[in-house]
Amino acid sequence: MTNLLEIRDLHKRYGTVEVLKGVDCSMRQGEVISIIGSSGSGKTTMLRCINMLEEFQGGTISIDGQEIGYETVGGVRRRKPEREIARQRALTGMAFQQFNLFPHMTAAGNVMLGLVKVKKMSRDEARGLAEKWLDRVGLLSRKDHYPGQLSGGQQQRVAIARAIAMNPKLMLFDEVTSALDPELVNEVLQVIKGLAEDGMSMLIVTHEMRFAYEVSSRVIFMNQGRIGEEGDPREMFLKPKTERLAEFLKTSTFN
Amino acid sequence: MDFGFLDQLWVARIPLLKGLGVSISISLLSIVAGTVLGIFVGLALVYAYRPVQWLVRGYTDFIRGTPVLVLVLASYYVLSTVGIDLGPFQAGVLALAVFCSSHVGELVRGALQAIPKGQTEAAKAIGLTFPQTFAYVLGPQALRQALPAWVNTAAEMVKASTLLSIIGVGELLLRTQEVISRTFMSLEFYFFAGFLYFVINYGIERFGRYVERKTAVPS
Repeated sequence: MTNLLEIRDLHKRYGTVEVLKGVDCSMRQGEVISIIGSSGSGKTTMLRCINMLEEFQGGTISIDGQEIGYETVGGVRRRKPEREIARQRALTGMAFQQFNLFPHMTAAGNVMLGLVKVKKMSRDEARGLAEKWLDRVGLLSRKDHYPGQLSGGQQQRVAIARAIAMNPKLMLFDEVTSALDPELVNEVLQVIKGLAEDGMSMLIVTHEMRFAYEVSSRVIFMNQGRIGEEGDPREMFLKPKTERLAEFLKTSTFN
Repeated sequence: MDFGFLDQLWVARIPLLKGLGVSISISLLSIVAGTVLGIFVGLALVYAYRPVQWLVRGYTDFIRGTPVLVLVLASYYVLSTVGIDLGPFQAGVLALAVFCSSHVGELVRGALQAIPKGQTEAAKAIGLTFPQTFAYVLGPQALRQALPAWVNTAAEMVKASTLLSIIGVGELLLRTQEVISRTFMSLEFYFFAGFLYFVINYGIERFGRYVERKTAVPS
């Protein structure tokens, strides 16, 4: 059985600065992997390469055996056509630190857009599905509200519903609680926990160590553009093998 | 027989009304054509390949740096020397439309660039192609952003339409001047013409407010 996600020797440069220096990672269906590490370690960049929000210069990323973003024809590596990349992006769903809801659409409208325009559903079908997922994140009663009328936590839950309604194979969470007031963090984490219990495959970049500890089947520690250490969350957090991870855990709050 | 202002106004009503009609036609045509062209200019300024961007940037900088009157005169007198023979009305509308397009282009560019990058990324992340992203996510937001400034530009176009009197287009100002040269009531008729321009621009402004209200996003 092929892995859900297969990253091989991923290299990413911004100009002359190399931010990913050869990352390898494979992930099976249903795994929940948290990616931790200090800022600038490349964890968000790695996540953004998986849905081609960032270009990368070397290595391959495959989802379900499909090579993402690039193809090699006659020994020449080139970017796939935009239409194909757009189609591949729908294999994954992403939730962002800044929510990025479309401010001119209601909560339901936000969830429906991709269903209608990408999945080509009828509006009625899309509305039904949007309401199902808004209900799931506890916001059915807010479906006709605009993002400006919702709290940060509510906006983030709508954004998660928008991503998940597209039925992605893999969900990417990019520091989804970092922009939230402390008292709103929990409602978002509860939603993600619920998805984990459903068996959703997820890659979660987070600074919430307690959450990473509780929800993950595996934890990856990124350090200076490479994977510094990875493994079972209990072992990682309680008995770090590398000096760097021990250092990092000392400076982060685990509560 | 009393030759007061109102009598003279009644006598001159047909040429003045015709002038008003011409002024409105000039404004409407140049605003519509300039806006359509300007949207493409704005898109090119933001999304086109570099060489095209430079070309369009040169176009807008050149046009915006030139007085409208010069554009009007150039369009009428210079184009004919290269074999493009336009009547004064056509030449004038062309000049105003070109002027309008460079301003609308800048408005569109500013509005598009004011939209946070996260909007495009979120649209990409759910699998929208670029044309879809523009049609459903960026376009509607840019429209709201650019509307107040666009109303302002439209009002400017109405005022700039008076410049066509210089090349002999019988719009409201030229007709007014003709009436004045017959009646010598310059104060009254200039006031009257000014009042008509005000009414047109007030209408545009009310219309803009109305659209703004209609498209406002609750928060």
